[in-house]
Amino acid sequence: MKDKQIPARATKGSDSVDRLVVLPFKKSVEISLKSIRVRFFRSLITTMSLVLAVSFLSFVSVSTDVANGLLSTQEPRLRQALIRSGYDVRPEDTTLGSTPKQRWIVILSLLVCVVGIVNAQLMAVTERFREIGTMKCLGALDRFILRLFLLEAGMEGLGGACVGAMAGALFSLINALFSFGTVAVTTLSWTDIALSTVSAIGVGFLLSLLGVMYPAIVAARMQPVEAMRIEQ
Amino acid sequence: MAHPRNIVRVSKVTKTFQLGKVEVRALQGVDLEIASGDYISIMGPSGSGKSTLFNMIGGLDKPTSGRVFIDEVDIAQLDAYELAWLRCRKIGYIFQTFNIIQVMTALENVTLPMIFAGMNNDAAVAKGIQLLELVGLGDRFRHKPSELSGGQQQRVAVARALANDPAIVLADEPTGNLDLTTGEEIIELLKELSQERGVTVISATHDFKMLNVSDQVVWIRDGRIEKIENREELSISVGQIGVRE
Repeated sequence: MKDKQIPARATKGSDSVDRLVVLPFKKSVEISLKSIRVRFFRSLITTMSLVLAVSFLSFVSVSTDVANGLLSTQEPRLRQALIRSGYDVRPEDTTLGSTPKQRWIVILSLLVCVVGIVNAQLMAVTERFREIGTMKCLGALDRFILRLFLLEAGMEGLGGACVGAMAGALFSLINALFSFGTVAVTTLSWTDIALSTVSAIGVGFLLSLLGVMYPAIVAARMQPVEAMRIEQ
Repeated sequence: MAHPRNIVRVSKVTKTFQLGKVEVRALQGVDLEIASGDYISIMGPSGSGKSTLFNMIGGLDKPTSGRVFIDEVDIAQLDAYELAWLRCRKIGYIFQTFNIIQVMTALENVTLPMIFAGMNNDAAVAKGIQLLELVGLGDRFRHKPSELSGGQQQRVAVARALANDPAIVLADEPTGNLDLTTGEEIIELLKELSQERGVTVISATHDFKMLNVSDQVVWIRDGRIEKIENREELSISVGQIGVRE
């Protein structure tokens, strides 16, 4: 064991790479996947607010797409139907955007969702203090912990956002079918729908990462000795 | 080694904690030298500064003043990477509460430090199985911690502590949460490993069973070293302790 000298700062070159502490990316993914699987119910709750917020976002934007599809037919009957179901269509409009009110409600719901994620992830970090501390005692660096939490939240976020966006879009289409009949589906632009869904997924994914940032930093900065002091 | 070198050297270490407005002087100038390959017990009542000293030796905490050398390297001089390296390669930790990572199997717990050390997965798994066999859990490496008894979990912890062939194994009250027989088994295991592998075992404890196997016992009281006894002197003083308490 005499050959195991602590690497001096000067020798951190290529010859001592194997002596540094590492956690391969593949292994990090494996650990975070396992962590999600074991705590599946817990992850589900963490992700639930995201699913709801993203499905709302996707519902609103797909509904707008449907309305635009109907409007593009230039039929006065459909225009009337739109106005009847609550859209503000002025006579000169050829396309519809989301109204400021809608935008505010969506932003608000996303904001509430981020706060929910921060809260849930902080709880998760507290629950796992001991695990984090143990890993640090085994030689884990701050960034391993950070990476594990970000990966976990990223995967949860992607999964949750996908489910949410799909559900929102589907619900919006069903809603349109009931309100306007099959014409709603035949006139709409599927590219727009896809675009709306994908952007909703993207927003959800980013929000999930944003929400976990602070809890992950708290976890990563923790001193191992503090973790050991906490009673189970 | 004809002349055993000191693996741990503690020099004039003090540690002060700020608890609200009160200053607590947990350590008040401790000097200690631990020879490589020894089995050391640090004994003392709770609140004596035992755990604090223990954390210093483990590189988990830094002294307020004084120096702690591990293998002649001053740990206060190390940056975060070097400390992580030290914890990963040089020191194996065993805790009172086992601290097995609950979401991983026994084998994954043992291989984790080897992965951190950069070993490839197959080699780590092979060595992990070998270590689990060594601690008597050869048939249980696929089990989750929740499926293992306390004693078995502590065995996993011992295997994990040995994963990177550390020079020092630090055991913080390793028998504190175990019943009498299981505790004795763990102590026996630690002693065997210390002798066979030449690992320095340092344990903080108030378990008198630990005394019989120790090469040296360090008694701590009120943040100072009260006395250091070698094994030969022990049997008498154990008797005295029995009378005193």
